[in-house]
Amino acid sequence: MKVQKRVVVAGVAAATLMLATACSSTDSTDTGAGVDAATATSAADFGGMEGLVTACEAEGKLNVIALPPDWANYGVIIQGFIDKYGIEVDSQQPDANSQDEINAAVSNAGTDRAPDVFDLGQGVALANTDKFTPYMVERFADIPTAFKDANGLWVNDYGGFMAIGYDANKVPEITSIGDLLGPDYKGAVALNGDPTQASAGWNGVMMASIANGGNVDDIAPGVEFFKNLNAAGNFLPVDPTPATIESGQTPVVFDWDYLQAGQVAGLAEKGIDWRIFVPEGAVVGGYYYQAVNADAPNPACARLWQEYLYSPDGQNEWLRGGARPVLADVYSAEGTLDAEAFAKLPPVTGDPVVANDQQVVVGTEYLVGNWAAAVGG
Amino acid sequence: MTQTHTVETGPSERGAGLRHILRFLPYLGVLPFLLLVGVFFLWPTFIVVTQAFIDDQGSFTLEYVTTVATSEVNLNAFRNSIQISVVTSILGGIFGGLLAWALANSRRHGMFRRATMAASGVFAQFGGVMLAFAFLATFGFNGLVTLFFSENFGDSFLSNPTWLYGIWGLCVVYTFFQIPLMLIVFLPAVEGLRGEWREANDSLGGSTWRYWRHVGGPVLLPSFMGAVLLLFANAFSAYATAAALISQGSPIVPLQIRGALGSEVALEGAAFGKALALGMVLVVGVVMIGYVLLQRRVSRWEQ
Amino acid sequence: MKRLTGITRIWRAVILSIIGFYMLLPIVAMADFSTRAGVDGGRTFDSWAAIPSAPGLLESIAVSLQLAFLAVVGILVLLVPTMIWVHLRLPLMRRPLEVLCLLPIAIPAIVIVVGIAPIYRWLSQFFGSSPLSLAFIYTILTFPFAYRAVNTSLRSVDVNTLAEAARTLGASWPRTIAEVIIPNIRNGILGACVISIALVLGEFTISSLLNYETMQVVINLLGKREGQISVAVSLAALIFAFVLLVAIPTSGKKQEVGQGVD
Repeated sequence: MKVQKRVVVAGVAAATLMLATACSSTDSTDTGAGVDAATATSAADFGGMEGLVTACEAEGKLNVIALPPDWANYGVIIQGFIDKYGIEVDSQQPDANSQDEINAAVSNAGTDRAPDVFDLGQGVALANTDKFTPYMVERFADIPTAFKDANGLWVNDYGGFMAIGYDANKVPEITSIGDLLGPDYKGAVALNGDPTQASAGWNGVMMASIANGGNVDDIAPGVEFFKNLNAAGNFLPVDPTPATIESGQTPVVFDWDYLQAGQVAGLAEKGIDWRIFVPEGAVVGGYYYQAVNADAPNPACARLWQEYLYSPDGQNEWLRGGARPVLADVYSAEGTLDAEAFAKLPPVTGDPVVANDQQVVVGTEYLVGNWAAAVGG
Repeated sequence: MTQTHTVETGPSERGAGLRHILRFLPYLGVLPFLLLVGVFFLWPTFIVVTQAFIDDQGSFTLEYVTTVATSEVNLNAFRNSIQISVVTSILGGIFGGLLAWALANSRRHGMFRRATMAASGVFAQFGGVMLAFAFLATFGFNGLVTLFFSENFGDSFLSNPTWLYGIWGLCVVYTFFQIPLMLIVFLPAVEGLRGEWREANDSLGGSTWRYWRHVGGPVLLPSFMGAVLLLFANAFSAYATAAALISQGSPIVPLQIRGALGSEVALEGAAFGKALALGMVLVVGVVMIGYVLLQRRVSRWEQ
Repeated sequence: MKRLTGITRIWRAVILSIIGFYMLLPIVAMADFSTRAGVDGGRTFDSWAAIPSAPGLLESIAVSLQLAFLAVVGILVLLVPTMIWVHLRLPLMRRPLEVLCLLPIAIPAIVIVVGIAPIYRWLSQFFGSSPLSLAFIYTILTFPFAYRAVNTSLRSVDVNTLAEAARTLGASWPRTIAEVIIPNIRNGILGACVISIALVLGEFTISSLLNYETMQVVINLLGKREGQISVAVSLAALIFAFVLLVAIPTSGKKQEVGQGVD
């Protein structure tokens, strides 16, 4: 059976490696199969990038999950990885959310379908660090301390701010969040995700809260805002998707700015003038967390993927997708950043706010008790 | 029963022992079946029912169950689910019953009958996601009816499709697969009405009303009630159509389970999912017991 | 065949038209929606033509068809023999069997999927993580309907008498079942298989929550990106299932009981 074969191969490889390292000295050209790559914490463990690439080519496959092609340009990123290294990439469940990623890792644990890497929202990431294995990319030291785990268990990859996107041909220009309560926006406003379940939805309500006098510890004004929105008949309890935006069903969307930025060009081709608005003084930011699955079926490729994402290639693609990559400032100073794309990022006024773990828990508790009643669910 | 009364020694006694064992041998025939059902069905049910009482440290707790039984959000979902199931099972029962009567009068192997039965099978068992899309194409944004009403009747109820994502929307959509299911389940009972009974009624001077009131009605009632109960269970458990239709909010219990299993921000999900599932099992269990009891009454008639 | 009185005919026509309208409206709407050509009106079959190239769709259809096949195998190999055996030899098991087969309605898929994840994890160590392992649970999901179909046949044809007659004439049990019983309940078995195919092709709950990509899961995903194509695919699938169910005779020539054993 497959499982037994892999165990045998791994065992033989491990034995060979042990023999090789016992006899030889520093250079190990043979990186071996599964066992060794699974515990490597940096490219050096593979003997440098070339060793890592070779190890990944031996594995030949990468499983990623929950990466929609139009989310921060992941479509281009995945294709770039395939083109650069010739590795087959299985992009599973593009519409899954962060919790689904963990669920998939758990239910597929030990199989070759398990995801190799995670790209998770804050809450789910910090709650599941026991599923990660540490890995430090080449530029790990240059990543600001606040954006990484000291041991490399997780690293922030990109982030953005919560914004309101709208179809300028269908609704009037939005200058403040209060505009949305007016009659021009009847049945038009959608939130990306149920805030009791999706972090994008949660942050959307938080943004509404801060814009209405609340703060990151108090999400109630945000719920109140949506309650009024619903009472005015302006709230649409539908997940906005590219299909709903195109059809005109959801002309106003609360979503991360980079997600919206990624769609602007495509929508323009269809005659839709999509604009992005971040309320003044209500700048809610969120970074996503990148980590390697401790149970990854393709550990070398998982690590190569990390290296790719944090290289100028990966970071620039995220930038072109409208997101703010963590190494943006570093690469900008070195001149490897796409300055044009950087300039295109939506302007932000005010101090950004990022909810921490505890605040998410408090906010969620309030939402679970009050959201359904507020929007008549 | 072939027990001998005298105790005999020798070969007959050994034979009796062997016969005893051999009597149980045929039961081995059902073993593979029981194995499949046991592993893939009874065991998960057991897991759900027991782990609803176990917290993440592994100790017994009533926390999840009491939260589900008392929190307004969950209770509301149960209320909604039950409401939808009652409404659609009654509507489905009535219209499906009428349809069964209309069909029973048609030619048994005619094309019309076959086509209707086939269509019923498709809608009742195959529908799910596709029915959700069908209704979005009809009543949703840019749907056929929505556009028709907004073009011809201006700002009427049907021009604004938000009702589709609420309770009444689910009622309309669910009835769509309840009617065919009723037809499938109830038609054999309607066909069981012997023509002679009607003839006897007519020849004795009875009217149509008398026939239904005293003959047809009572005979069909147990089957009808049983079928309606089945429809209730079907609507209560339905997931696919609602999941495809409603992307936000969890007004009914199966969607709440989906939320509990997949939430990114409320992270104790799985346990609540099991508590909710336990609640579902209790509701549907009660209904199905009623169905089985009614079925016993039905089979009395069919002898 | 009953002769229809005038009133009855009118009632019949009214009922059939009203219900027929309600049932056919969404189908017409799907046909309309999937063939719309932009805001200026007009018809186009573009979204239908795009079906084969929809991402992941053809693979998922292949997966679902294989699962349907496996479920049918499960019914033929497991359910039918068990039902016949119980009907003939184990009358005490009749009620328990009926209850077991009815359980998937009492304990719906959404409940099962919550508890089945650890079992599938254990299973994937032996069978890999292919979506075909769903066949086990799918077979069970078909039981309520398959049982009904086969049971109706078993009861309408007096299998006990038939079996007795065959056995008295010297046939062995396997021969009795294969050559006497099964041909007589053939229509019930066929009906069970056809319904099961429809059920498996339409299953969404378990495959979506266990994250396997079957046909319905992909259609649902498609709905989020390409509205028109997903409606076109849905309509195509509904038509396919309809043709399947119409074409295969499930209540053909009925063997009348008491025609004698000649």
